[in-house]
Amino acid sequence: MTARAFVLGDDVDTDQIAPGQYMAGGIEALARHVLESQRPDFVQTVKPGDVVVAGRNFGMGSSREQAAEALKLLGIAGVVARSFAGIFYRNAINLGLPVLIADDLSAIADGDAVNLDVTGARLRLTDKNIDIALEPLPDNLKAMLADGGLVPHLKKRFAAERKEHL
Amino acid sequence: MMATTLAEKIIARASGRQAVTPGEIVTAKVDLAMIHDSGGPRRVEPILRDLDVGLFDATKVVLISDHFVPGDTDEGARILELTRNWARERKVAFYDGEGICHVVLPERGHLKPGMFVVGGDSHSPTGGAFGAYMFGVGATEMAGVLATGEIWIKVPGTILIEWTGLLSPGVTAKDMMLTLCARLGMDGGGYQAVEYAGEAIRALSMQERMTLSNMAAELGAQAGLIAPDETTADWLDAVGGDAGDWHGLATDAGATLLAHHVFDAATLEPQAAAPHSPANAAPVGEAADVGIDVAYIGACTGAKYEDLKAVAAILKGREPASGVELMVAPASRRDQERAASEGIMAVFEAAGAHILPNACGICAGYGSNRLGEGVTCISSTARNFKGRMGAASSRVWLASPLTVAASAVAGRIADPREFMRGDGQ
Repeated sequence: MTARAFVLGDDVDTDQIAPGQYMAGGIEALARHVLESQRPDFVQTVKPGDVVVAGRNFGMGSSREQAAEALKLLGIAGVVARSFAGIFYRNAINLGLPVLIADDLSAIADGDAVNLDVTGARLRLTDKNIDIALEPLPDNLKAMLADGGLVPHLKKRFAAERKEHL
Repeated sequence: MMATTLAEKIIARASGRQAVTPGEIVTAKVDLAMIHDSGGPRRVEPILRDLDVGLFDATKVVLISDHFVPGDTDEGARILELTRNWARERKVAFYDGEGICHVVLPERGHLKPGMFVVGGDSHSPTGGAFGAYMFGVGATEMAGVLATGEIWIKVPGTILIEWTGLLSPGVTAKDMMLTLCARLGMDGGGYQAVEYAGEAIRALSMQERMTLSNMAAELGAQAGLIAPDETTADWLDAVGGDAGDWHGLATDAGATLLAHHVFDAATLEPQAAAPHSPANAAPVGEAADVGIDVAYIGACTGAKYEDLKAVAAILKGREPASGVELMVAPASRRDQERAASEGIMAVFEAAGAHILPNACGICAGYGSNRLGEGVTCISSTARNFKGRMGAASSRVWLASPLTVAASAVAGRIADPREFMRGDGQ
Protein backbone atom coordinates (compact mmCIF):
# COMPACT_ATOMS: atom_id res chain seq x y z
CA MET A 1 0.00 0.00 0.00
CA THR A 2 1.44 3.36 -1.00
CA ALA A 3 1.66 6.02 1.66
CA ARG A 4 0.45 9.47 0.63
CA ALA A 5 1.18 13.02 1.72
CA PHE A 6 -1.58 15.24 3.09
CA VAL A 7 -0.37 18.77 2.50
CA LEU A 8 -1.67 21.48 4.85
CA GLY A 9 -0.80 25.17 5.23
CA ASP A 10 0.73 27.34 7.95
CA ASP A 11 -0.58 27.79 11.52
CA VAL A 12 -2.74 24.65 11.69
CA ASP A 13 -4.12 24.93 15.23
CA THR A 14 -5.06 22.29 17.78
CA ASP A 15 -8.73 23.30 17.70
CA GLN A 16 -8.76 22.10 14.10
CA ILE A 17 -6.80 18.93 14.80
CA ALA A 18 -8.68 18.03 18.00
CA PRO A 19 -11.94 20.06 18.22
CA GLY A 20 -12.79 21.13 21.77
CA GLN A 21 -16.39 19.94 21.65
CA TYR A 22 -15.17 16.32 21.49
CA MET A 23 -12.53 16.69 24.21
CA ALA A 24 -14.74 15.25 26.97
CA GLY A 25 -15.00 11.87 25.25
CA GLY A 26 -12.44 9.21 24.47
CA ILE A 27 -9.69 9.46 21.88
CA GLU A 28 -11.48 7.12 19.43
CA ALA A 29 -14.48 9.44 19.27
CA LEU A 30 -12.26 12.52 18.98
CA ALA A 31 -10.19 10.95 16.19
CA ARG A 32 -13.29 10.83 13.95
CA HIS A 33 -13.26 14.65 13.86
CA VAL A 34 -9.58 15.40 13.20
CA LEU A 35 -9.19 18.45 10.92
CA GLU A 36 -12.90 18.38 10.02
CA SER A 37 -13.28 22.17 9.88
CA GLN A 38 -10.35 22.49 7.48
CA ARG A 39 -10.26 19.22 5.60
CA PRO A 40 -13.58 17.35 5.96
CA ASP A 41 -12.33 14.37 3.88
CA PHE A 42 -9.26 13.78 6.05
CA VAL A 43 -10.53 11.08 8.41
CA GLN A 44 -12.30 9.19 5.60
CA THR A 45 -9.31 9.13 3.26
CA VAL A 46 -6.30 8.85 5.56
CA LYS A 47 -4.58 5.45 5.65
CA PRO A 48 -2.02 4.00 8.05
CA GLY A 49 1.46 5.08 7.01
CA ASP A 50 0.36 8.38 5.46
CA VAL A 51 2.34 11.51 6.27
CA VAL A 52 1.04 14.97 7.16
CA VAL A 53 3.07 17.73 5.53
CA ALA A 54 2.56 21.26 6.81
CA GLY A 55 3.97 24.75 6.68
CA ARG A 56 5.02 26.83 9.66
CA ASN A 57 3.87 26.51 13.26
CA PHE A 58 1.97 23.23 12.98
CA GLY A 59 -0.03 22.47 16.14
CA MET A 60 -0.27 26.00 17.51
CA GLY A 61 -2.67 26.78 20.34
CA SER A 62 -3.80 24.46 23.10
CA SER A 63 -1.58 22.05 25.05
CA ARG A 64 -4.10 19.22 24.47
CA GLU A 65 -1.96 16.26 23.51
CA GLN A 66 -5.00 14.57 22.01
CA ALA A 67 -4.05 16.46 18.82
CA ALA A 68 -0.92 14.32 18.46
CA GLU A 69 -2.58 11.24 19.93
CA ALA A 70 -5.46 11.32 17.43
CA LEU A 71 -3.10 11.67 14.46
CA LYS A 72 -1.17 8.68 15.73
CA LEU A 73 -4.37 6.69 16.26
CA LEU A 74 -5.32 7.33 12.62
CA GLY A 75 -2.03 5.72 11.63
CA ILE A 76 -0.12 8.83 10.58
CA ALA A 77 3.54 7.77 10.24
CA GLY A 78 4.76 11.25 11.09
CA VAL A 79 4.32 14.97 10.56
CA VAL A 80 6.85 16.86 8.48
CA ALA A 81 6.63 20.64 8.70
CA ARG A 82 8.65 23.81 8.23
CA SER A 83 8.24 24.39 11.98
CA PHE A 84 6.12 23.20 14.90
CA ALA A 85 4.49 24.94 17.84
CA GLY A 86 6.62 24.05 20.87
CA ILE A 87 4.06 22.24 23.02
CA PHE A 88 2.70 20.18 20.12
CA TYR A 89 6.24 19.16 19.19
CA ARG A 90 7.01 17.90 22.70
CA ASN A 91 3.60 16.17 22.95
CA ALA A 92 4.17 14.33 19.69
CA ILE A 93 7.55 12.96 20.76
CA ASN A 94 6.14 12.09 24.18
CA LEU A 95 3.42 10.02 22.50
CA GLY A 96 5.75 8.43 19.96
CA LEU A 97 4.55 10.38 16.91
CA PRO A 98 7.55 11.37 14.78
CA VAL A 99 7.75 15.11 14.02
CA LEU A 100 10.46 16.28 11.65
CA ILE A 101 11.47 19.65 10.28
CA ALA A 102 12.66 20.77 6.86
CA ASP A 103 12.80 24.33 5.64
CA ASP A 104 11.80 23.67 2.05
CA LEU A 105 8.88 21.33 1.44
CA SER A 106 7.71 22.96 -1.80
CA ALA A 107 8.43 19.85 -3.86
CA ILE A 108 5.61 17.97 -2.13
CA ALA A 109 2.10 18.10 -3.57
CA ASP A 110 -1.03 16.83 -1.88
CA GLY A 111 -1.47 13.13 -2.63
CA ASP A 112 2.16 12.49 -3.56
CA ALA A 113 3.45 8.99 -2.84
CA VAL A 114 5.88 9.25 0.07
CA ASN A 115 8.13 7.14 2.22
CA LEU A 116 9.16 8.57 5.59
CA ASP A 117 12.43 7.29 7.06
CA VAL A 118 12.36 8.55 10.65
CA THR A 119 15.72 7.21 11.83
CA GLY A 120 17.46 8.32 8.65
CA ALA A 121 15.60 11.69 8.76
CA ARG A 122 14.59 11.60 5.09
CA LEU A 123 11.31 11.95 3.24
CA ARG A 124 11.31 10.23 -0.14
CA LEU A 125 8.82 11.21 -2.85
CA THR A 126 8.75 7.81 -4.53
CA ASP A 127 6.95 8.78 -7.79
CA LYS A 128 8.93 11.98 -8.25
CA ASN A 129 12.20 10.35 -7.29
CA ILE A 130 13.04 13.20 -4.92
CA ASP A 131 14.73 12.76 -1.55
CA ILE A 132 14.23 15.49 1.06
CA ALA A 133 16.69 15.69 3.96
CA LEU A 134 15.02 16.43 7.31
CA GLU A 135 16.69 17.95 10.36
CA PRO A 136 17.95 15.22 12.67
CA LEU A 137 16.36 15.11 16.12
CA PRO A 138 18.44 15.98 19.19
CA ASP A 139 19.83 12.87 20.88
CA ASN A 140 17.51 12.95 23.90
CA LEU A 141 14.43 13.02 21.64
CA LYS A 142 15.83 10.39 19.30
CA ALA A 143 16.19 8.08 22.30
CA MET A 144 12.68 8.84 23.56
CA LEU A 145 11.13 8.26 20.14
CA ALA A 146 13.08 5.02 19.71
CA ASP A 147 11.62 3.81 23.02
CA GLY A 148 8.11 4.63 21.77
CA GLY A 149 7.54 7.83 23.74
CA LEU A 150 7.97 9.24 27.24
CA VAL A 151 6.11 6.54 29.19
CA PRO A 152 8.11 3.56 27.83
CA HIS A 153 11.24 5.74 28.10
CA LEU A 154 10.56 6.38 31.81
CA LYS A 155 9.73 2.70 32.41
CA LYS A 156 13.12 1.79 31.01
CA ARG A 157 14.82 4.41 33.19
CA PHE A 158 12.98 3.33 36.36
CA ALA A 159 13.80 -0.33 35.68
CA ALA A 160 17.48 0.54 35.29
CA GLU A 161 17.41 2.60 38.51
CA ARG A 162 15.78 -0.25 40.44
CA LYS A 163 18.39 -2.66 39.15
CA GLU A 164 21.15 -0.32 40.33
CA HIS A 165 19.65 -0.28 43.81
CA LEU A 166 19.61 -4.08 44.09
CA MET B 1 30.12 38.10 36.10
CA MET B 2 28.72 37.56 32.65
CA ALA B 3 25.54 39.46 31.87
CA THR B 4 22.62 37.02 31.71
CA THR B 5 18.90 37.11 30.99
CA LEU B 6 16.14 36.57 33.53
CA ALA B 7 15.21 33.28 31.81
CA GLU B 8 18.81 32.04 31.99
CA LYS B 9 19.08 32.92 35.68
CA ILE B 10 15.97 30.97 36.62
CA ILE B 11 16.80 27.95 34.44
CA ALA B 12 20.40 27.84 35.67
CA ARG B 13 19.21 27.80 39.27
CA ALA B 14 16.54 25.13 38.57
CA SER B 15 19.01 22.92 36.72
CA GLY B 16 21.71 23.29 39.37
CA ARG B 17 24.21 25.00 37.09
CA GLN B 18 26.37 28.09 37.37
CA ALA B 19 25.20 29.26 33.96
CA VAL B 20 23.26 28.01 30.96
CA THR B 21 23.57 28.86 27.28
CA PRO B 22 20.66 29.24 24.84
CA GLY B 23 20.25 26.11 22.73
CA GLU B 24 21.65 23.62 25.25
CA ILE B 25 19.32 20.98 26.64
CA VAL B 26 19.26 20.70 30.44
CA THR B 27 17.16 18.88 33.02
CA ALA B 28 15.53 21.15 35.59
CA LYS B 29 13.73 20.49 38.85
CA VAL B 30 10.25 22.00 38.99
CA ASP B 31 9.22 24.11 41.98
CA LEU B 32 5.51 23.74 41.25
CA ALA B 33 3.22 21.87 38.86
CA MET B 34 -0.27 23.16 38.06
CA ILE B 35 -2.89 20.92 36.48
CA HIS B 36 -6.56 21.31 35.57
CA ASP B 37 -9.53 19.02 35.07
CA SER B 38 -9.00 18.43 31.35
CA GLY B 39 -5.31 17.54 31.12
CA GLY B 40 -5.03 16.62 34.80
CA PRO B 41 -6.22 13.59 36.80
CA ARG B 42 -8.16 11.88 34.02
CA ARG B 43 -5.05 11.83 31.83
CA VAL B 44 -2.15 11.62 34.31
CA GLU B 45 -3.50 9.02 36.76
CA PRO B 46 -3.53 6.11 34.25
CA ILE B 47 0.10 6.95 33.39
CA LEU B 48 1.20 7.15 37.03
CA ARG B 49 -0.43 3.74 37.61
CA ASP B 50 1.26 2.33 34.53
CA LEU B 51 4.61 3.62 35.82
CA ASP B 52 3.75 2.37 39.30
CA VAL B 53 4.87 5.58 41.02
CA GLY B 54 3.32 8.28 43.20
CA LEU B 55 3.64 12.06 43.06
CA PHE B 56 7.19 13.43 43.38
CA ASP B 57 5.91 15.86 46.03
CA ALA B 58 2.19 16.43 46.65
CA THR B 59 2.92 19.81 48.27
CA LYS B 60 4.24 21.06 44.93
CA VAL B 61 1.13 20.17 42.94
CA VAL B 62 -1.91 22.43 42.55
CA LEU B 63 -5.12 21.19 40.90
CA ILE B 64 -7.77 23.61 39.64
CA SER B 65 -11.05 22.67 37.94
CA ASP B 66 -12.05 25.11 35.21
CA HIS B 67 -12.44 23.54 31.75
CA PHE B 68 -15.49 21.34 32.41
CA VAL B 69 -17.03 23.55 35.12
CA PRO B 70 -20.02 23.66 35.66
CA GLY B 71 -20.28 20.06 34.44
CA ASP B 72 -23.23 20.75 32.14
CA THR B 73 -22.75 17.58 30.09
CA ASP B 74 -22.75 13.97 31.36
CA GLU B 75 -19.14 13.46 30.35
CA GLY B 76 -18.06 16.80 31.82
CA ALA B 77 -19.78 15.99 35.14
CA ARG B 78 -18.07 12.60 35.21
CA ILE B 79 -14.66 14.23 34.61
CA LEU B 80 -15.27 16.69 37.48
CA GLU B 81 -16.20 13.83 39.81
CA LEU B 82 -13.01 11.98 38.88
CA THR B 83 -11.03 15.20 39.44
CA ARG B 84 -12.49 15.68 42.96
CA ASN B 85 -11.80 12.09 43.97
CA TRP B 86 -8.22 12.32 42.74
CA ALA B 87 -7.60 15.52 44.75
CA ARG B 88 -8.72 13.71 47.91
CA GLU B 89 -6.70 10.57 47.20
CA ARG B 90 -3.52 12.34 46.17
CA LYS B 91 -3.81 15.07 48.84
CA VAL B 92 -2.95 18.02 46.64
CA ALA B 93 -4.11 21.64 46.93
CA PHE B 94 -7.41 21.78 45.03
CA TYR B 95 -9.55 24.71 43.92
CA ASP B 96 -12.90 23.52 42.62
CA GLY B 97 -14.99 25.92 40.58
CA GLU B 98 -13.07 28.87 42.03
CA GLY B 99 -12.09 30.23 38.65
CA ILE B 100 -9.67 29.88 35.75
CA CYS B 101 -6.39 28.20 36.73
CA HIS B 102 -4.13 31.01 35.48
CA VAL B 103 -5.97 33.51 37.69
CA VAL B 104 -6.55 31.29 40.73
CA LEU B 105 -2.93 30.06 41.01
CA PRO B 106 -1.35 33.48 41.72
CA GLU B 107 -4.43 34.81 43.52
CA ARG B 108 -3.99 32.08 46.16
CA GLY B 109 -0.32 32.91 46.62
CA HIS B 110 1.23 29.88 44.89
CA LEU B 111 3.59 31.81 42.61
CA LYS B 112 6.81 33.49 43.67
CA PRO B 113 9.36 35.39 41.57
CA GLY B 114 12.19 33.17 40.34
CA MET B 115 10.23 29.91 40.49
CA PHE B 116 10.49 27.31 37.74
CA VAL B 117 6.94 26.09 37.10
CA VAL B 118 5.12 23.87 34.63
CA GLY B 119 1.40 24.07 33.93
CA GLY B 120 -0.83 21.63 32.11
CA ASP B 121 -2.26 24.33 29.89
CA SER B 122 -0.93 26.36 26.98
CA HIS B 123 -1.62 29.70 28.67
CA SER B 124 0.71 28.81 31.55
CA PRO B 125 3.14 31.60 30.55
CA THR B 126 0.78 33.77 32.66
CA GLY B 127 3.04 32.96 35.62
CA GLY B 128 5.77 34.98 33.91
CA ALA B 129 3.98 38.15 35.04
CA PHE B 130 5.25 37.32 38.53
CA GLY B 131 8.82 36.73 37.38
CA ALA B 132 8.38 32.95 37.43
CA TYR B 133 9.59 30.86 34.48
CA MET B 134 6.31 29.08 33.76
CA PHE B 135 5.37 27.18 30.63
CA GLY B 136 2.69 24.82 29.36
CA VAL B 137 3.03 21.10 28.71
CA GLY B 138 0.73 18.28 27.62
CA ALA B 139 -0.63 15.60 29.93
CA THR B 140 1.93 12.85 29.29
CA GLU B 141 4.77 15.30 29.86
CA MET B 142 2.99 16.43 33.05
CA ALA B 143 2.69 12.84 34.21
CA GLY B 144 6.45 12.56 33.76
CA VAL B 145 6.93 15.70 35.85
CA LEU B 146 4.58 14.41 38.56
CA ALA B 147 6.52 11.14 38.62
CA THR B 148 10.05 12.58 38.64
CA GLY B 149 9.86 16.28 39.62
CA GLU B 150 11.99 17.04 36.57
CA ILE B 151 11.65 18.15 32.98
CA TRP B 152 14.07 18.69 30.11
CA ILE B 153 14.25 22.14 28.60
CA LYS B 154 16.14 23.63 25.68
CA VAL B 155 17.47 26.86 27.15
CA PRO B 156 15.65 29.64 25.29
CA GLY B 157 17.04 32.82 23.88
CA THR B 158 15.29 36.01 25.02
CA ILE B 159 13.19 38.22 22.78
CA LEU B 160 12.95 41.56 24.57
CA ILE B 161 9.73 43.44 23.79
CA GLU B 162 10.08 46.98 25.06
CA TRP B 163 7.10 49.32 25.32
CA THR B 164 8.00 52.99 25.62
CA GLY B 165 5.60 55.74 26.74
CA LEU B 166 2.28 55.15 28.51
CA LEU B 167 -1.01 53.73 27.24
CA SER B 168 -3.80 56.22 26.54
CA PRO B 169 -7.15 55.87 28.36
CA GLY B 170 -9.25 53.13 26.75
CA VAL B 171 -6.18 51.20 25.55
CA THR B 172 -5.20 48.05 27.43
CA ALA B 173 -2.77 45.14 27.68
CA LYS B 174 -5.05 43.16 25.36
CA ASP B 175 -4.58 45.81 22.67
CA MET B 176 -0.81 45.58 23.15
CA MET B 177 -0.95 41.81 22.69
CA LEU B 178 -3.22 41.85 19.67
CA THR B 179 -0.95 44.30 17.87
CA LEU B 180 2.07 42.15 18.83
CA CYS B 181 0.36 39.10 17.27
CA ALA B 182 -0.20 41.09 14.07
CA ARG B 183 3.32 42.54 14.00
CA LEU B 184 5.33 39.48 15.05
CA GLY B 185 3.05 36.65 13.89
CA MET B 186 1.70 33.59 15.65
CA ASP B 187 5.16 32.04 15.70
CA GLY B 188 7.10 35.27 16.26
CA GLY B 189 8.06 33.98 19.70
CA GLY B 190 9.68 30.89 18.13
CA TYR B 191 9.27 28.89 21.40
CA GLN B 192 11.86 31.19 23.00
CA ALA B 193 11.41 33.37 26.10
CA VAL B 194 9.63 36.66 25.51
CA GLU B 195 10.37 39.35 28.09
CA TYR B 196 8.26 42.50 28.31
CA ALA B 197 9.95 45.66 29.57
CA GLY B 198 9.80 49.44 29.40
CA GLU B 199 7.93 52.34 30.94
CA ALA B 200 4.49 51.15 29.84
CA ILE B 201 5.03 47.70 31.37
CA ARG B 202 6.25 49.15 34.69
CA ALA B 203 3.08 51.24 34.83
CA LEU B 204 0.76 48.25 34.31
CA SER B 205 -1.12 46.59 37.16
CA MET B 206 -0.50 42.90 37.88
CA GLN B 207 -3.75 41.80 36.24
CA GLU B 208 -2.84 43.65 33.05
CA ARG B 209 0.68 42.18 33.14
CA MET B 210 -0.92 38.72 33.43
CA THR B 211 -2.74 39.31 30.14
CA LEU B 212 0.57 40.10 28.42
CA SER B 213 2.35 37.06 29.84
CA ASN B 214 -0.60 34.78 29.13
CA MET B 215 -0.72 35.70 25.46
CA ALA B 216 2.98 35.09 24.95
CA ALA B 217 1.40 31.73 24.04
CA GLU B 218 -0.22 33.43 21.04
CA LEU B 219 3.25 34.52 19.88
CA GLY B 220 4.37 30.89 20.10
CA ALA B 221 6.81 31.74 22.90
CA GLN B 222 7.56 29.24 25.66
CA ALA B 223 7.43 31.88 28.40
CA GLY B 224 6.34 35.52 28.77
CA LEU B 225 8.41 37.10 31.51
CA ILE B 226 8.18 40.42 33.30
CA ALA B 227 10.92 41.23 35.82
CA PRO B 228 9.41 41.57 39.30
CA ASP B 229 9.26 45.03 40.90
CA GLU B 230 7.45 46.80 43.76
CA THR B 231 4.11 46.29 41.99
CA THR B 232 4.71 42.53 41.98
CA ALA B 233 5.83 42.45 45.61
CA ASP B 234 2.89 44.59 46.78
CA TRP B 235 0.38 42.41 44.92
CA LEU B 236 1.82 39.20 46.34
CA ASP B 237 1.81 40.70 49.85
CA ALA B 238 -1.85 41.63 49.44
CA VAL B 239 -2.87 38.07 48.53
CA GLY B 240 -0.83 36.53 51.34
CA GLY B 241 1.87 35.28 49.00
CA ASP B 242 5.61 35.59 49.29
CA ALA B 243 7.66 37.76 46.96
CA GLY B 244 10.90 36.49 48.51
CA ASP B 245 14.13 38.16 47.54
CA TRP B 246 13.17 39.31 44.06
CA HIS B 247 15.86 41.97 43.65
CA GLY B 248 18.29 40.91 40.97
CA LEU B 249 15.71 38.80 39.14
CA ALA B 250 16.09 40.80 35.94
CA THR B 251 17.89 40.68 32.62
CA ASP B 252 21.29 42.31 33.05
CA ALA B 253 22.28 45.25 30.87
CA GLY B 254 24.42 43.87 28.08
CA ALA B 255 22.97 40.33 28.21
CA THR B 256 22.85 38.65 24.82
CA LEU B 257 19.35 38.88 23.33
CA LEU B 258 17.85 37.01 20.42
CA ALA B 259 15.94 40.13 19.38
CA HIS B 260 14.93 43.50 20.81
CA HIS B 261 11.70 45.04 19.55
CA VAL B 262 10.55 48.52 20.58
CA PHE B 263 6.91 49.62 20.46
CA ASP B 264 5.28 52.91 21.44
CA ALA B 265 2.43 52.55 23.93
CA ALA B 266 1.38 56.20 23.69
CA THR B 267 0.26 55.97 20.06
CA LEU B 268 -1.37 52.53 20.32
CA GLU B 269 -5.08 52.45 19.48
CA PRO B 270 -7.69 49.90 20.58
CA GLN B 271 -7.42 46.82 18.39
CA ALA B 272 -9.81 44.21 16.99
CA ALA B 273 -8.65 40.90 15.49
CA ALA B 274 -10.78 39.51 12.68
CA PRO B 275 -11.68 35.81 12.42
CA HIS B 276 -9.89 33.37 12.66
CA SER B 277 -6.56 34.52 14.11
CA PRO B 278 -5.28 36.95 16.74
CA ALA B 279 -2.72 37.95 14.11
CA ASN B 280 -5.55 39.57 12.11
CA ALA B 281 -5.52 42.50 14.54
CA ALA B 282 -5.86 46.08 13.30
CA PRO B 283 -7.05 49.38 14.81
CA VAL B 284 -10.68 49.01 15.85
CA GLY B 285 -11.83 51.72 13.43
CA GLU B 286 -11.13 49.36 10.53
CA ALA B 287 -13.84 47.01 11.82
CA ALA B 288 -16.40 49.72 12.59
CA ASP B 289 -19.13 48.39 10.30
CA VAL B 290 -19.13 44.83 11.59
CA GLY B 291 -22.46 43.97 13.25
CA ILE B 292 -22.41 41.55 16.17
CA ASP B 293 -24.80 39.02 17.71
CA VAL B 294 -22.90 38.11 20.87
CA ALA B 295 -20.58 40.09 23.16
CA TYR B 296 -18.53 37.81 25.41
CA ILE B 297 -16.67 39.13 28.44
CA GLY B 298 -14.74 36.16 29.75
CA ALA B 299 -11.46 34.27 30.04
CA CYS B 300 -8.16 34.65 31.87
CA THR B 301 -7.27 37.56 29.59
CA GLY B 302 -10.58 39.41 29.67
CA ALA B 303 -12.70 39.01 32.80
CA LYS B 304 -10.49 39.61 35.81
CA TYR B 305 -11.57 42.15 38.43
CA GLU B 306 -10.00 45.14 36.67
CA ASP B 307 -11.56 44.11 33.35
CA LEU B 308 -14.98 43.85 35.00
CA LYS B 309 -14.54 47.29 36.60
CA ALA B 310 -13.59 48.92 33.29
CA VAL B 311 -16.47 47.19 31.49
CA ALA B 312 -18.97 48.35 34.13
CA ALA B 313 -17.82 51.94 33.69
CA ILE B 314 -18.91 51.71 30.05
CA LEU B 315 -22.09 49.69 30.64
CA LYS B 316 -23.44 51.71 33.57
CA GLY B 317 -26.84 53.09 32.62
CA ARG B 318 -26.65 51.47 29.19
CA GLU B 319 -27.97 48.29 27.62
CA PRO B 320 -26.79 46.07 24.81
CA ALA B 321 -28.19 47.04 21.42
CA SER B 322 -31.34 45.22 20.37
CA GLY B 323 -30.60 41.64 19.38
CA VAL B 324 -27.16 41.54 21.03
CA GLU B 325 -26.61 38.93 23.72
CA LEU B 326 -24.15 40.00 26.42
CA MET B 327 -22.41 37.30 28.45
CA VAL B 328 -20.09 37.83 31.39
CA ALA B 329 -18.01 34.99 32.87
CA PRO B 330 -15.91 36.50 35.70
CA ALA B 331 -12.48 34.84 35.72
CA SER B 332 -12.51 33.89 39.41
CA ARG B 333 -14.94 33.74 42.29
CA ARG B 334 -12.77 36.15 44.29
CA ASP B 335 -12.79 38.67 41.47
CA GLN B 336 -16.54 38.29 41.09
CA GLU B 337 -17.09 38.78 44.84
CA ARG B 338 -14.98 41.91 44.85
CA ALA B 339 -16.85 43.18 41.81
CA ALA B 340 -20.16 42.42 43.50
CA SER B 341 -19.16 44.28 46.66
CA GLU B 342 -18.42 47.37 44.58
CA GLY B 343 -21.71 47.29 42.65
CA ILE B 344 -20.06 46.13 39.43
CA MET B 345 -22.05 42.90 39.11
CA ALA B 346 -25.25 44.91 39.61
CA VAL B 347 -24.37 46.97 36.53
CA PHE B 348 -24.14 43.78 34.44
CA GLU B 349 -27.44 42.52 35.82
CA ALA B 350 -29.14 45.84 35.08
CA ALA B 351 -27.81 45.58 31.52
CA GLY B 352 -29.45 42.17 31.16
CA ALA B 353 -26.16 40.28 30.88
CA HIS B 354 -26.07 36.52 31.29
CA ILE B 355 -23.68 35.83 34.15
CA LEU B 356 -21.80 32.57 33.57
CA PRO B 357 -19.76 30.43 35.99
CA ASN B 358 -16.19 31.31 37.03
CA ALA B 359 -14.60 29.00 34.48
CA CYS B 360 -13.14 28.77 30.98
CA GLY B 361 -16.66 28.74 29.54
CA ILE B 362 -17.13 29.38 25.85
CA CYS B 363 -13.46 30.31 25.40
CA ALA B 364 -12.42 26.66 25.69
CA GLY B 365 -15.59 25.47 23.98
CA TYR B 366 -15.70 22.26 26.04
CA GLY B 367 -19.22 22.57 27.47
CA SER B 368 -22.74 22.68 26.05
CA ASN B 369 -22.67 26.49 25.80
CA ARG B 370 -21.18 27.21 22.37
CA LEU B 371 -21.70 29.75 19.60
CA GLY B 372 -24.33 28.71 17.05
CA GLU B 373 -24.18 28.54 13.25
CA GLY B 374 -23.32 31.83 11.58
CA VAL B 375 -23.09 33.82 14.83
CA THR B 376 -20.77 36.83 14.92
CA CYS B 377 -19.21 37.34 18.34
CA ILE B 378 -16.83 39.90 19.78
CA SER B 379 -14.88 38.38 22.61
CA SER B 380 -12.39 39.43 25.29
CA THR B 381 -10.69 36.01 25.07
CA ALA B 382 -7.23 35.12 23.71
CA ARG B 383 -7.96 32.91 20.69
CA ASN B 384 -10.42 33.05 17.80
CA PHE B 385 -9.45 29.97 15.85
CA LYS B 386 -12.12 28.57 13.55
CA GLY B 387 -14.64 26.46 15.43
CA ARG B 388 -12.98 26.93 18.84
CA MET B 389 -15.87 28.71 20.56
CA GLY B 390 -18.67 27.11 18.54
CA ALA B 391 -19.83 26.21 15.05
CA ALA B 392 -17.23 26.34 12.29
CA SER B 393 -19.45 28.95 10.64
CA SER B 394 -19.36 31.25 13.69
CA ARG B 395 -17.09 34.27 13.45
CA VAL B 396 -15.16 35.54 16.48
CA TRP B 397 -13.49 38.92 16.73
CA LEU B 398 -11.04 39.48 19.56
CA ALA B 399 -10.74 42.77 21.42
CA SER B 400 -10.20 44.25 24.86
CA PRO B 401 -13.03 43.95 27.41
CA LEU B 402 -13.67 47.69 26.96
CA THR B 403 -14.06 47.29 23.22
CA VAL B 404 -16.36 44.31 23.72
CA ALA B 405 -18.53 46.38 26.09
CA ALA B 406 -18.68 49.35 23.72
CA SER B 407 -19.53 47.02 20.84
CA ALA B 408 -22.34 45.39 22.84
CA VAL B 409 -23.95 48.80 23.32
CA ALA B 410 -23.41 49.87 19.72
CA GLY B 411 -24.49 46.56 18.18
CA ARG B 412 -21.42 46.73 15.96
CA ILE B 413 -17.71 46.79 16.63
CA ALA B 414 -17.06 50.13 18.31
CA ASP B 415 -14.20 52.21 19.68
CA PRO B 416 -14.46 52.20 23.50
CA ARG B 417 -13.09 55.75 23.69
CA GLU B 418 -16.40 56.98 22.28
CA PHE B 419 -18.21 55.42 25.24
CA MET B 420 -15.96 56.57 28.04
CA ARG B 421 -17.06 59.23 30.45
CA GLY B 422 -15.01 62.22 31.56
CA ASP B 423 -13.24 60.56 34.49
CA GLY B 424 -10.98 58.55 32.24
CA GLN B 425 -12.85 55.33 32.97
